[in-house]
Amino acid sequence: MAAVAGAIVVQRNLFSVVVLGGVYSFLMATVLVALDAVDVAMTEASVGAGISTVLLLGALYLCGGEEAKPLARPWLPLAIALIIVGALVYGTLGLPAFSDPAAPIHVHVVPRYLSEALKETGVPNVVTAVLASYRGYDTLGETVVVFTAGAGVIALLRRVRRQDGGGEGR
Amino acid sequence: MRGFLVLRVVAKLLIPFMLVFALYVQFHGDFGPGGGFQAGVIGAASVVFYALIFGLPAARRLVPDAVVESMIGLGVLLYAGVGLAGIALGGNYLDYFVLDRNPVDGQHRGIFWVEAGVAITVSGVMLKIFYMFAGRGRGLDEE
Repeated sequence: MAAVAGAIVVQRNLFSVVVLGGVYSFLMATVLVALDAVDVAMTEASVGAGISTVLLLGALYLCGGEEAKPLARPWLPLAIALIIVGALVYGTLGLPAFSDPAAPIHVHVVPRYLSEALKETGVPNVVTAVLASYRGYDTLGETVVVFTAGAGVIALLRRVRRQDGGGEGR
Repeated sequence: MRGFLVLRVVAKLLIPFMLVFALYVQFHGDFGPGGGFQAGVIGAASVVFYALIFGLPAARRLVPDAVVESMIGLGVLLYAGVGLAGIALGGNYLDYFVLDRNPVDGQHRGIFWVEAGVAITVSGVMLKIFYMFAGRGRGLDEE
């Protein structure tokens, strides 16, 4: 995965960047399967590697396939990025160890979900039970976010399309 | 890519399976991995695949823009409607226990409709975004 990420940074041809992005998503999905997060892996494979690759290819068709050379050496952005990476890595040191059963997230409501979900909802897949039932409000919010994204794309792109014949203009 | 015989045959073979897989992910989400979001994306991906092989106009004839746009709103309304149904039957908003005499069956029913709403909205939005992006450059080129 690190090799793919490095290749994405080095590549100047945007077509191979998009394809490598799809490869990265698939690798990420396999990592998620290894972590037993099958639902997330499925989403990653279908959205990250499937739909977004197609959308990026569509965008490439519109704007050409070669990355422009940067005008100046971007030292300041690089420094800012490195500082933020350092801060994030430092932040992970404070997290509980990986799969530590005493981590706060595992002792709050998770035991109740795991023990009661089947009894209360009759749904064997706890992920679905939490997503649709216990966290129904959150999922409603997510659906509204997706709806808003669609509405935003319609609002932004439709007006331009209607004036195809009249040349450029808003 | 309409001229490539292999692609067309493979697409015609694969698309029905993709649609069935989307339905499987949708309705089997209670028991295995998956659910409305994944099913919506897979269903949209099958139409995107169709559009890539047979061209965007063919896909637009198959799934017209009006259908896609109404799907976007319909899914959210269905989700919110399940919540309102909970209120109408004497519970809280998005309370599934009151949807059936047996609370567990009520949960099943609520989750089913909520997931259906998610799937409808997600596939509508994905398709709409694809139509918009793919339709832009082409429309300008043809002028």
